[in-house]
Amino acid sequence: MSPIEQTKIRLPADFETYGEARRAGFLRMKQLKEEGARVVGMFCSFVPTELIYAAGALPVGLCAFTDEPIPAAEANLPRNLCPLIKASYGFALTDTCPYFYFSDFVVGETTCDGKKKMFELMGEIKDTYVMQLPHSRDPAALAFWREQVLAFQRKLEDFYGITITEADIRTAIRRKNRERDVMRCYLELGKLDPAPMSGYEMGTRIDAGSFSFDLEQRCDEVEERTAQALAQWEARKDRGPSSRPRLLVTGCPNAGVREKIIKAVEELGADVVAFDTCNGIREKVELVDESNPDVYDALARKYLNINCSVMSPNDSRRTYIGKMIDEYKVDGVIEIVLQSCHTYDVEAFFIRRFVTQEKGLPYLNIETDYSQADKGQINTRLAAFLETIDK
Amino acid sequence: MSYYTGIDIGSTASKVVVLSGSGIEDRFVLPTGWSSKETAREIARRLEAGGHPVGKNMKIVATGYGRVAVDYADKTVTEITCHGRGGWHLLGRDCTIIDIGGQDTKVITVEQGMPTSFLMNDKCSAGTGKFLEIMANRLGVDLAELFTLAEAGTPLAISSMCTVFAESEVISHIGAGERREDIAAGVVDSVVSKVAGLCARHTMAGELLLTGGLCDSAYLVDRLSEKLRRPIHTHPLGRYAGALGAALTARDKSR
Repeated sequence: MSPIEQTKIRLPADFETYGEARRAGFLRMKQLKEEGARVVGMFCSFVPTELIYAAGALPVGLCAFTDEPIPAAEANLPRNLCPLIKASYGFALTDTCPYFYFSDFVVGETTCDGKKKMFELMGEIKDTYVMQLPHSRDPAALAFWREQVLAFQRKLEDFYGITITEADIRTAIRRKNRERDVMRCYLELGKLDPAPMSGYEMGTRIDAGSFSFDLEQRCDEVEERTAQALAQWEARKDRGPSSRPRLLVTGCPNAGVREKIIKAVEELGADVVAFDTCNGIREKVELVDESNPDVYDALARKYLNINCSVMSPNDSRRTYIGKMIDEYKVDGVIEIVLQSCHTYDVEAFFIRRFVTQEKGLPYLNIETDYSQADKGQINTRLAAFLETIDK
Repeated sequence: MSYYTGIDIGSTASKVVVLSGSGIEDRFVLPTGWSSKETAREIARRLEAGGHPVGKNMKIVATGYGRVAVDYADKTVTEITCHGRGGWHLLGRDCTIIDIGGQDTKVITVEQGMPTSFLMNDKCSAGTGKFLEIMANRLGVDLAELFTLAEAGTPLAISSMCTVFAESEVISHIGAGERREDIAAGVVDSVVSKVAGLCARHTMAGELLLTGGLCDSAYLVDRLSEKLRRPIHTHPLGRYAGALGAALTARDKSR
């Protein structure tokens, strides 16, 4: 049997008990699978999705952003682990993420210790391939990572029984570069003053993209929204500096706390205009170099340069935050640290110092998880933070 | 004559300050009780009884965790800004304010009368007034008696980071027949260490001022000062800092 046939195209046992949106997700995925689609599940922006496209497969972002499956996950994982890792595993364990459920296999990466070890447990539920990400950017690390990129290509070729050509990869690189450009232009709307749309909408739309399967259609939709928002902004009579504080959000992936922090701070009277996060502009700013004669080197370089706190040292993140503060005319910085995310938590020391001392701006650090328990306290902190921004 | 009233509805006590152009006209404190709404109504009654009825000659700013319950306030402002402003006003110069509240502890840097940065303890009652209340209750004394006992004791170790677990530690000490004075000293020491830990995470610019209900305890102030190795100012109106800051905000707002 080919690996495709081995993959079950059956709905999970508890399907009937699921809510409407989740049932729709499962049915859509089931249909895709029945049409013969290849689906590779992934969690993190370090995975070179170009190779997945080159294999004629669809990369899908897996569920990791609500606390619903965390109690189930805690049966096997320690409690003091980051909520993103617990939720990722919990969704897998409880058959409640349609994208995980219908993935042919999952590709993980050794970004942090928690994820690395969790993927070993996940491997007992589904074929989980792990890319070994080095944590520095020297030539040896680059050479090693290039090998990992090649190994991932072999995994895809072996799994699907196909051959991926250089031409396939180059086509995928062009498609992904266009996507990066489109998303970057969209996110750079935040440079306009007053902000043309809420940071809440901006982030929600970017994240929704990882669950849609037609790359070109997704790009077209975002391009259209960008043009529309720009036209609306140009037609505004109140163009010019807004009295609402303009905030940059940095730190951990924030989709699981977007309501609690981003929506809340915007309701309190601020605009979140810039995102130095992996669902923000962090992965979009640098394209894969299409002129590099070695495609694997081009891919390896691009992904190794992502300013995630798992990298050491990671000074480039500060440099980039500094640039964003200037270009987006930022009045304050909020850093979101998910509980037990050691790398962001420790690196926050440098970010705080950089923001307050070198850029002279107020900085607020919020450590939280996906629960609603600290909603009231976070609201008070956000309100007090805005009160310290004299605008 | 115009009046500016600050109402600080804390988790344990509610504080009220009435300002006029010339200074403090009235102030009072009452327990918050189970209903912030009822407390807010009681405050309106007391204001009226004191000759400063809620009305068009009065601007009101509410703060504290129950601030939204004051439906007759003109504006709500967070307790962080209010404690910062009120504390600065009491000391009269730039400082860092430590406020040990009923359910949270804050460290606030104030420059030229306005808070510029702050830090709050996280999701936890250790290092707050609530911790002392629970432990005093366990020892069968009130807060004032707890401090008196502590003064006569040598601190026993209470090392747990969690109030619930720390209470178990206290119970173990009671069970082991330890002196109540030593346990009380351990309880205060535990709060002081946690507050000092929070301070260590914040840039402590300028002089220090302790506000909130606990600033009236000389013993606690001394222990904290010892732990931080710096003098700590207090003020007789320290527990009114939040309400005063709210009243000052009301006055600014109408100028």
